[in-house]
Amino acid sequence: MSTFVGHSRLLTLRSLRTLSRQPAYLLFTLVQPMVWLLLFGQLFRRIAELPGFGAASYVEYLTPGLVVMTAMMTAGWSGTSFIQDMERGVMDRNLTSPVSRAALITGSLAHQAVTTVVQSLIVFGVGLATGARYRGGIRGVVVVLACAVLLALIFAALSDAIALLVRQQEALIGVSQFLAMPLAFLSSVMMAPALMPGWVGDVARFNPVDWAAVASREALTSTPDWGLVLDRGALLLALAIVMGWLATRAFRAYQRSI
Amino acid sequence: MSRSPGAVVTSTPSTTGTDPAIEAIDLVKTYGKGTKSVRALAGVSFTATSGIVLGLLGPNGAGKSTTVKILSTLSTPDSGSVTVAGVDVRRHPDQVRRLIGYVSQKPAFDPIGTGRENLELQGRIHGMSGRNARRRADELLERFGLGEAANRLASKWSGGMQRKLDVAMGLIHRPRVLFLDEPTTGLDPEARVDMWAEISKLATDDRLTVLLTTHYLDEADSLAARLVIVDRGRVVATGSPDQLKSSLGGDSVHAELAHADRHDRVRRAVEAVPGVTRVTVDGTALRAWVPDGAAALPGMLAALGEAGIALASVSVARPSLDDVYLHYAGRSFQQAEEVRA
Repeated sequence: MSTFVGHSRLLTLRSLRTLSRQPAYLLFTLVQPMVWLLLFGQLFRRIAELPGFGAASYVEYLTPGLVVMTAMMTAGWSGTSFIQDMERGVMDRNLTSPVSRAALITGSLAHQAVTTVVQSLIVFGVGLATGARYRGGIRGVVVVLACAVLLALIFAALSDAIALLVRQQEALIGVSQFLAMPLAFLSSVMMAPALMPGWVGDVARFNPVDWAAVASREALTSTPDWGLVLDRGALLLALAIVMGWLATRAFRAYQRSI
Repeated sequence: MSRSPGAVVTSTPSTTGTDPAIEAIDLVKTYGKGTKSVRALAGVSFTATSGIVLGLLGPNGAGKSTTVKILSTLSTPDSGSVTVAGVDVRRHPDQVRRLIGYVSQKPAFDPIGTGRENLELQGRIHGMSGRNARRRADELLERFGLGEAANRLASKWSGGMQRKLDVAMGLIHRPRVLFLDEPTTGLDPEARVDMWAEISKLATDDRLTVLLTTHYLDEADSLAARLVIVDRGRVVATGSPDQLKSSLGGDSVHAELAHADRHDRVRRAVEAVPGVTRVTVDGTALRAWVPDGAAALPGMLAALGEAGIALASVSVARPSLDDVYLHYAGRSFQQAEEVRA
């Protein structure tokens, strides 16, 4: 256990150092959500006028959803650094050293968590500039950041696990792209739950992206239903722990295949 | 986290005395399933005594890397047993990982970290304190002549320096056994000679057991005290380079013919010389095997002269590792490499 903590700290520091030396990587994955925010925010502006939509403006509705969607999509790339480690000898060196396997995952997740916070703040800022107001205040924004981070951990751990199983960049990107779009659209990120087809609503109840979007939008209202936020938050946390464990297990599958 | 690696080493079974540093028995490893499966190892056995450089020599795809992966806990064999530094690798991989250094064929440093950062992190992973890791990193940077570049990003270093950094990272925790997988592949000749000097120091100065895989005959010849020659997943010969060469029983005479024709006549003339056991003629290259090259040479020259064959040059050589390989694997090293390529 103390090895895990010590190694996690070392590998987290290393991954943050990497991030600080290559900050531009933060921006690449922001291009798509920015297009969504600026283009869809304007294009579908009048959706908010639909009876029953229940938001002051579409941009205001869309922003928290895009924050969590960005977290998911960026996290899908997380396994890429494992693939690079495999292409170099870094993975082999790590696995022949007494490094804690769980700490290797922790280092990768810490990197993703920081990336998510920075990207989320940027999306929040652009949302604000285009007319969104966050009625839940600072507290609401912090809750959204927490939801976004949890969602990022889920998908980063999944991406790490897939990377260890498929061992190829193309396959990893293929899998995460295949997952990202349906998960984004089968959720309330773009459209209010009250107005979506019933079956989409049913599917969304099992979609972690929807959990994060629902909790985030709720936390940003002026009088949040904290029970709902906590419920969805707990689901996210539980799934994040399961995914982290699975990703750690995936090292065994990797070692069996080499 | 404050334990020094020295303490870890003394708490594990000792390899002093007659215990081999590495013992592999009947390793079998198959990749894939069914008709697509590839048998990488078909029963590899060998031992290495402590404090020597053992060379695992073979063409690409012979099973060298697979063997090293199994010995270094990275991969597991389908069957067979392995001990490294006296510890059973399959039963106690965690213990083995503290006792070994592994330098992969591919670069394994973090290109976005400096040389010093790479070394210190590796030391800390092995449980060294921050201070000890720093001191040991300084020591290794100095030793490998990397001191001046220590604080520059490793991605900006030359290929030779990067390779040395990889080796230094494998040494940071003072391992008992060091695995070097193709350490000089891709290096320019100068960096290669430089690396050879470092590797030979490891066994003599540091009393480290080094297992080196290589597909360079000259590298195996100059570095390894003991060779294990592998071909198609099997060990075909073991021994010191000298033993292996002597085992072929004789010298070879190389002659460069002035003209690349009349091969039959050349062969018949040389075969008639007493003591000649085998003759090959390829283009202008004539090779004849004899128990004693110096004694047979005058007779050979006379026979060729009588047959009217003009020579450009002639030399006598002791058998090379190439000859050893040809003899034991049944094909020349070059051919074996080409089959794979």
